[in-house]
Amino acid sequence: MHIPDGLLDPKTFGTAWALGGIAVGYAVTKTNKELQERQIPFMGVMAAFIFAAQMINIPIAGGTSGHLLGGMLAAVLLGPWSAAIIITTVLALQAFIFLDGGITVLGANILNMAVIGVLSGYGVYLLFRNLWPNRTGVLVGTFVGSWVSVVMAAIACSLELSFSGMGALSIVLPAMLTWHVIIGLLEAVITTVVVAYLTQVRPDLVHQAAGSR
Amino acid sequence: MRMMRKEIWVLLILSVVIALVVSPFASSLPDGLERVAEDHGFIDKATELINSPIPDYVFPGITNEKVATSAAGIIGTLLTLAVAYGIGCLLKGRDVQGSKTSQEQKHGNR
Repeated sequence: MHIPDGLLDPKTFGTAWALGGIAVGYAVTKTNKELQERQIPFMGVMAAFIFAAQMINIPIAGGTSGHLLGGMLAAVLLGPWSAAIIITTVLALQAFIFLDGGITVLGANILNMAVIGVLSGYGVYLLFRNLWPNRTGVLVGTFVGSWVSVVMAAIACSLELSFSGMGALSIVLPAMLTWHVIIGLLEAVITTVVVAYLTQVRPDLVHQAAGSR
Repeated sequence: MRMMRKEIWVLLILSVVIALVVSPFASSLPDGLERVAEDHGFIDKATELINSPIPDYVFPGITNEKVATSAAGIIGTLLTLAVAYGIGCLLKGRDVQGSKTSQEQKHGNR
């Protein structure tokens, strides 16, 4: 759901830049403290994987396609703040080099997918993991959190489109949700399969909250 | 790059395979947002503000569209790897060769 230039008005994309900027700034300070040096190569590979996976549009239903967003994948493995940085990096490269997502609306795309999607999905994931503190909890939380991350990003996107006069929220929101509840399932399946693979031998690739949040 | 776990290498190789081999066969159907914009008549409001070097994941100058998409995919994947790795190093105050930069240890300077 990369918004192109022209769909959001200045008050909306300006607000989104401010909110997204504050969140990413905070993510930078958190990552500076929490990311371990040995995780830096993993961060690079995670970003590369998400870029490649986002190219793969998969038909879902009714002549529409979806692709992985990857925010929850990065969040489960490297923590939500590193994930926000990773998704922001991917979105910026897509906008400037590949004409995927606009420039004025980059802040909104960051806010939706790198911040709201990641944090909402990760919150749900943590609920499951605390309730069920083993690998099953991690995988169930990953599945549900991934779905939530896509749906929440779609809701944020709908609000921005509606604020910008693209249509009444009562029309845009159900239309966006119709597709993104299905795309969310795609996100959930892919993310859970990759997390299951990466944690099959040693679960220590999963980001540990370590009581600091 | 320093030593990486086997699983991370697998993820990297998978990324390269997806970018090179799978990307030309991705669906060209509209995604969820494009579909909504088409159905509700605001897709025409979309504009392009800059000249992207590789617009729409098609490397310019390559006539075979599948090859052009593969080329865009591998360039994008390796570029993303490099940029994200570089950002990781910057965030931790480490130079890209993997050693600590001598007096840049002051955390919280960004």
